[in-house]
Amino acid sequence: MTVTDWLEVLSLLVLLAISTPLLGNYMARVYANGPAPGDRVFLPVENFVYRICRIDPKSEQRWRTYLVSMLVWTLVGGLLTYLVLRVQGSLPGNPDHLPNVPEALSFNTAISFMTNTNWQNYAGESTMSQLSQMLGLVWHQFISAAVGMALAAAFIRALIRQRQNTLGNFWVDTIRSSTRILLPISFVFAIVFMSQGVIENFNSTTSVTTVAAQATHQTSNPALQQQVPGGPVAGMAAIEALGDNGGGYFNANYAAPNENPSPVTNVLLLWLMAMIPFGFGWTFGRMARSMRQAGVVLGVMTALFLVSLAFVVPLEAAGNPHITTAGVSQAETAANVGGNLEGKDLRFGAAGSALNAATITGTSTGGVNSAIESYTPIGGAVPLFNMMLGEVIPGGTGTGLYGLLIFVLIAVFIAGLMVGRTPMYLGKQILASDMKLAAIYILVLPATVLVLAAISILVPAASASISTSGPHGLTEVVYAYTSAAHNNGSAFGGLSGNTTWYNVTLAIAMWAGRVFEIIPALALAGSLVRKRTYAVTSGTLRTDTPLFAVMVAGVVLILVGLTYFPALATGPLAEHFSGGF
Amino acid sequence: MSVEASTISTPPALRPDEHLPHRHERSIKLFRRDIIVKAIADSFVKLDPRVMLRKPIIFIVYVGSIWTTVLFLRDAWHSSATYNIFSGLVVLFLWFTVLFANFADAMAEGRGKAQAASLRKTRQETVAHLLRPDGTLVDRPSTKLSIGDRCVVAVGEAIPGDGDVVEGMALVDESTITGESAPVIRESGGDRSAVTGGTRVLSDRIVVQITSAAGETFLDRMIGLVEGAVRQKTPNERALTVVLASLTLIFVIAVATFQAFATYSGAHQSIIVLVALLVLLAPTTIGALLSAIGIAGMDRMVQHNVLATSGRAVEAAGDVTTLLLDKTGTITYGNRMATEFLPLPGVDEARLARAALLSSVADSTPEGRSIVALAERRYHLPTPTLDGAELVEFTAQTRMSGIDRNGTSIRKGASDAVSRWVTQRGGGVPQGLDDVVEPIARSGGTPLVVAEGSEVLGVIHLKDTVKPGIATRMAEMRKLGIRTVMITGDNPLTAAAIAAEAGVDEYMAEATPEDKMRRIRDEQAGGYLVAMTGDGTNDAPALALADVGVAMNTGTQAAKEAGNLVDLDSDPTKLMDIVEVGKQLLVTRGALTTFSICNDVAKYFVAIPAMLNGVFPALGVIDILHLHNPHSAILSAVIFNAIIIMFMIPLALRGVKIKAMGATARLRQNLLIYGVGGLLTPFVLIKLIDLLVVGPLGVH
Repeated sequence: MTVTDWLEVLSLLVLLAISTPLLGNYMARVYANGPAPGDRVFLPVENFVYRICRIDPKSEQRWRTYLVSMLVWTLVGGLLTYLVLRVQGSLPGNPDHLPNVPEALSFNTAISFMTNTNWQNYAGESTMSQLSQMLGLVWHQFISAAVGMALAAAFIRALIRQRQNTLGNFWVDTIRSSTRILLPISFVFAIVFMSQGVIENFNSTTSVTTVAAQATHQTSNPALQQQVPGGPVAGMAAIEALGDNGGGYFNANYAAPNENPSPVTNVLLLWLMAMIPFGFGWTFGRMARSMRQAGVVLGVMTALFLVSLAFVVPLEAAGNPHITTAGVSQAETAANVGGNLEGKDLRFGAAGSALNAATITGTSTGGVNSAIESYTPIGGAVPLFNMMLGEVIPGGTGTGLYGLLIFVLIAVFIAGLMVGRTPMYLGKQILASDMKLAAIYILVLPATVLVLAAISILVPAASASISTSGPHGLTEVVYAYTSAAHNNGSAFGGLSGNTTWYNVTLAIAMWAGRVFEIIPALALAGSLVRKRTYAVTSGTLRTDTPLFAVMVAGVVLILVGLTYFPALATGPLAEHFSGGF
Repeated sequence: MSVEASTISTPPALRPDEHLPHRHERSIKLFRRDIIVKAIADSFVKLDPRVMLRKPIIFIVYVGSIWTTVLFLRDAWHSSATYNIFSGLVVLFLWFTVLFANFADAMAEGRGKAQAASLRKTRQETVAHLLRPDGTLVDRPSTKLSIGDRCVVAVGEAIPGDGDVVEGMALVDESTITGESAPVIRESGGDRSAVTGGTRVLSDRIVVQITSAAGETFLDRMIGLVEGAVRQKTPNERALTVVLASLTLIFVIAVATFQAFATYSGAHQSIIVLVALLVLLAPTTIGALLSAIGIAGMDRMVQHNVLATSGRAVEAAGDVTTLLLDKTGTITYGNRMATEFLPLPGVDEARLARAALLSSVADSTPEGRSIVALAERRYHLPTPTLDGAELVEFTAQTRMSGIDRNGTSIRKGASDAVSRWVTQRGGGVPQGLDDVVEPIARSGGTPLVVAEGSEVLGVIHLKDTVKPGIATRMAEMRKLGIRTVMITGDNPLTAAAIAAEAGVDEYMAEATPEDKMRRIRDEQAGGYLVAMTGDGTNDAPALALADVGVAMNTGTQAAKEAGNLVDLDSDPTKLMDIVEVGKQLLVTRGALTTFSICNDVAKYFVAIPAMLNGVFPALGVIDILHLHNPHSAILSAVIFNAIIIMFMIPLALRGVKIKAMGATARLRQNLLIYGVGGLLTPFVLIKLIDLLVVGPLGVH
């Protein structure tokens, strides 16, 4: 690993260590709905929105109302995106005169963005007009992230309130998430990115003469001309990362030089992705008035994230043995960054790419800067496994927190029994109805992923999209559905996704993975908020100790490991052991 | 009862050094031959699908066993002999898995039935003498009685049903219920009116008003509970079943989709192997033992002679965080007893002891007897004869008692009363008397001043004696995270002294029943789960309000209805045992769940490489055990999966041992034993099975 590689990894960790408490404290104030920093600026804006939308910011909602508000809001937004994409050819903001987006692709894309997945079965620069990008896609990058944050705020309130019915107001939570967190941070970072060379304009595609053509004085040779699309990229790059969306302006996403020009922007983008999910762990501790509880959540998130880094970064930096056998040196020299460079951009090298792969999948972002398909089998299995963990290390904006808290409840249940008490978390007894909802939450994702992947492997129309035979091809399919159902959106690559089968089934996976996770999560919040809080004594299971954190990590790893082991064994593991890696 | 009432089972003249009250335990040996034989037969009877459906996880194994049996029989004709040996053994052990699970239930139920059998003997039909409103008697079988009927029960007769004594008083032999051979007094009115059907009247004649219908009496309920017949799933058990069923569902999906992935890889699996994989992954160990653990928990309550109205009550007992303990009967013996003789300066201690003894020989109160006992034990004084002595009874006016013998008068009593008596007789009250009396009163004891003639000899220290071992129990409770609150009608001074000696965390002095209710509400509002004991009718509201209310069997019917546990020995100290039984129930479930799930890791390591051996032999690296061959690997894992149920039956029936320790320490300990142990055990046992059994069999 080069010095730059180490610098990238370390600076990401340092930046997160700084932002987590700052942002965490700030978000706790935002969701406490009391006086918060910046009220003088934000309150008038929010009050204006409340007045126009006839929202009473003081009224609170029960979980069902909260859920219905969220579903209606998401559906309306999704419908709007579908419409914009279907008629973009007749709308302004289309300097390259791109045609309307086809039905199946519009459907898939609308679902993809409204569910915070940002799976892209299209190439942005050649499919989406600038208006579609802004109105259809960036819009969702804000609100789908805000929805996740609102849900996390509601879930935290459910844990800290007792004998109440309401979880907060969905509209207020969503609006405050946008005005106070997402908008200001992405605004600042969009400008930072512009300073680093990310483009932000409304130009049509420009034809430029490449350096090679100038050097050889063959400027009229069309082969040496390059088409460079314009567009409002910097703004999208910021919210794409901050909201854990991952849908890039360009097809190459974070590998595109005009979207992610340097290792500096690379690290800043990764920081943005992990900023809110880690911050929410801190927010939880502040709101629950127990930083030790936050310590358990953050500890599990951090530890598992670091373990994934420890696997993928050295593996990719070490290179691919098959390339070595072919007589190509992958050693690190002054002229060569070294490592497994197939499918990776030289700006980031093997380590900078692997760092991205782990972070975009540990968070629910999915904005790739390299081809994961070209990773070593285990190196490629790490991002896959990160998603399989349920997007909890640290996961998406808000969704990561409540996802992990549901794992915590399952750990509490088993550990609680083992200490001889009815299991309790933060003083609330965990009973059969809660376990039922937690079980549904845990069950939906593997059921969706495994069933759809199994069918796609057997149905010829679907398996035709696989580009590689053998275990690697199986991984392509499993990865696609895992990414879709977990609302990650990263692509393994290789699989031709823009077919009717994949457009539809991936959309189903994304929809199921979003809605059938949110319903049990909110219902669980509704059940928790009604419970009374029991006193904690020395006979109560302590849920704020390192021992319990180990238990939570164990539950996550064992549950997920047991679920996906057969799929992983026939995919990456078979490839690794049988493929001479 | 009133806060200060004493239990009638307290034998007179308890010695302070006597140990905690004897507890009758109906323990049954874990493996009794007759129970095992019956359980083996029952394991087959329980293959009835309607019975199997009650255990969802084992039901899946059951369906899998039937399915694979059919497939095995269908294919046996045209399969190779080696394959038939392998698949036949797998199918056989799938059946064993089901049978072992049934055996666990049958064992738990068998042990319950053995207990019930002894109870049932007492439930023989008796003839009741029904008292008609006009005063005439008519005979009627006890099974035909209805609530409100009044029956006359005479000496030697069995009481026909549960009820209250409404007329008369009798000695009743309740040994069939409590196991305690000493008869108890039952009388109309007050707190000792409840009688239990099947118990026998030893003296006098009482009229009993029936309070529960035939078939719903105490005895019936108890029999039903120990047999597991009326057992309903407890809240916790239901939650655990949800978790286990969901896990199983995940594994069903994982195994079914694995077939697709395997087929894609060119390693299509036989159904028998897939079913075997599912059974390996499903949490069969805990699934098999879950109801046995519940029955055994109920059983342990009955062994402690506590009757739970529901399994829920047993579980709630484990959750208790505050114990409200009546001082009298629970913490202290309830009687003031002489602990020492304190002579005044210049008086011989032996002389004081002799005078005290003489004054108390005829005193039949517990205090009087304790003075006699102390004098005899410490000074080895012979019991004096009382020829020609005249006894002076205690009266409320004189507040003294004593004896006039051979011209000398001896008195003992309250300090001021005795002082006045001495002064009247021309004697003087010594200066030092107050120095002796004061500290005793301050420490919560009662000073009895003894005078002979006109001379004050000294003071007898009477003290409410804390039961030995109570302080240790309280310390244990504290370790379990339970706060103890002593409730007493005593003044704050006395209460404080006893509280300090007993080691309780808090005390309530001069408490009325209303105070007790308020305290329960306050505790609950603060988020604590409260357990308390009670036996009187005025305890009923508090018993009903408390999260766990333990009614004494000697108590009134109202109290027994209000509580959710009834202590047949009427020993309030047992509240602490009840808490432990409740905890044990949950710990056993948690431990076996953890063990079961952790086992899966090893089973995966064994099964998956074996199943993919044909196409990815290199995956064998994962199989760190290096078993003989793929078939022996799968078979060894299946055999392990079945016999581990048998290994765990004793643990399920006995329960995990509970030591007094904090929650974190207990979690660490159990995670090490059942978590890490659960990860490692199958590796060892599967390897052994492969080495010793399957290998030599030549399965390949």
